[in-house]
Amino acid sequence: MLEFLAHHSKLIDQIGINALLALSLSISLRAGSLALAQAAFMGIAAYVSSIGAVRLGWNLPLAGLAGALAAALVAALLALPIGRLRGVFLAIATIGFGEIARIIEINWPITGGAEGFSGIPNDANTLWIYGTLALAGAALALFGRTKLALAVAATREDENAARGVGIDVAAVRMGTLVAGAVLAGFAGTLYAHANFFITPGDFGFSRMEQVLVMCVIGGVTSSLGAVVGAVLMTALPELVRFLQDYREVSSGAILLGIILFAPSGIAGLWRRFS
Amino acid sequence: MAAVLVNGAGDGLVLDRVTVNYGGVRALDAVSLEIRPATVVGLIGPNGAGKTTLINAVTGILRPASGTISLGKTRLDRLSQHRVARAGVARTYQNIRLFGTLSVADNVRAGAYRRRGTLADDAVRELLTRATVQVADLRGQAGTLPYGEQRRLEIARALASDPKVLLLDEPAAGMNPRETGGLRALIRDVARSGTGVLLVEHDMSLVAAVCDHVVVLNFGETIARGTPTQVARDPGVIEAYLGTNAAADMR
Repeated sequence: MLEFLAHHSKLIDQIGINALLALSLSISLRAGSLALAQAAFMGIAAYVSSIGAVRLGWNLPLAGLAGALAAALVAALLALPIGRLRGVFLAIATIGFGEIARIIEINWPITGGAEGFSGIPNDANTLWIYGTLALAGAALALFGRTKLALAVAATREDENAARGVGIDVAAVRMGTLVAGAVLAGFAGTLYAHANFFITPGDFGFSRMEQVLVMCVIGGVTSSLGAVVGAVLMTALPELVRFLQDYREVSSGAILLGIILFAPSGIAGLWRRFS
Repeated sequence: MAAVLVNGAGDGLVLDRVTVNYGGVRALDAVSLEIRPATVVGLIGPNGAGKTTLINAVTGILRPASGTISLGKTRLDRLSQHRVARAGVARTYQNIRLFGTLSVADNVRAGAYRRRGTLADDAVRELLTRATVQVADLRGQAGTLPYGEQRRLEIARALASDPKVLLLDEPAAGMNPRETGGLRALIRDVARSGTGVLLVEHDMSLVAAVCDHVVVLNFGETIARGTPTQVARDPGVIEAYLGTNAAADMR
């Protein structure tokens, strides 16, 4: 067992980081917002925390908090112009925002450009990653019992009726975007500090798409589902290495199958059969 | 109207010469009305008269081009939708708008959003009983309930906020006579508890049975007001509903 863990420690860390990302996206999805900026928030925090660690000697907790704060600030600013967008229009606008972030990361000298930023202290071990994931999971579980969680669910179901009972829908949407950015920010810091080296391409559309697939497979409004989706979609390609050349094909096929036959994802299947 | 405003001492919902335009169309033309606490005001008129527009103007979905809407001392016409709701205005919808995949209990709890704390199961049950919603399972999805239960659940959700004013948009639509009878008792009970009720309804027997006062709209203008009996005899009202020829035949 220990040997297995040691052998696959990279994969195990990757699973934890992806689970954190999937959780962060599930927060927005729970309010019914298809806001696809998680990879960008992750990248912003990754760069802030890495530059802080290398140039200013920040330790991991400080770098993590600074990164999350930066992602949260950007999310709050982003929430203003996209506040009135819904559905596919929101998705396109946030994907566009992700591209802007990536292009800035390529062209801003301080980030090291397309060559990437290296020399990041390799101090985000498995304990940090899973500790953060556990805290995030616990925070979301506690939040699930509050009145605000009901406001988030009501906003997803019917915005107008939600306003009609006194829910500030704009605040709910901004709040979920910012909360998601904080989690994505932690994921970004952990990713950077577990890899020595980051490039703008790490935080592009393909990352965003992977995270969305994890959430859809798990069940879009379920925290546990998001984590299960992250575990599956991160581990599966490694377990079926012989299909490596068809990786994109197989993940596309899985997504299609889930959307056609189990639109509520694994969480929905679980509810139906238990 | 002015005399009413002075005597009303401003506890109720007051619309003062409210005008709403949809582009070039005047959907409401200087409509005034007052709903005092513990009274039921009926709002009737042919399709397209502006009844739902009036509810949407009160709840902040539409902004009046002129005129004022106030609840007690609070001006509502400049508030956003959620603030109007927090001020104490609850409504139901002509086309049911429940939180479909949420549980019955959570729909009622969401209704109580403006109040402190969350409702316990007992309080939820009490509200459901009051609104004569018959559900065995509080955890069942609201969207899977039969149509009539959904309509009543919407009323329970509105009552959960403990509103000062309740706006009902065609609550009897699609209900059978027995269900309408239950609705009649419910509306009276709500008014008796001190809440002002605005009833938009096509079922005239229900309007006649519960309303203290009726306002009739046609093409956005007030064409009659008075007690249900006065309004039912008004030649202008009969004409608006049936057309000039039919009205002449009836005379």
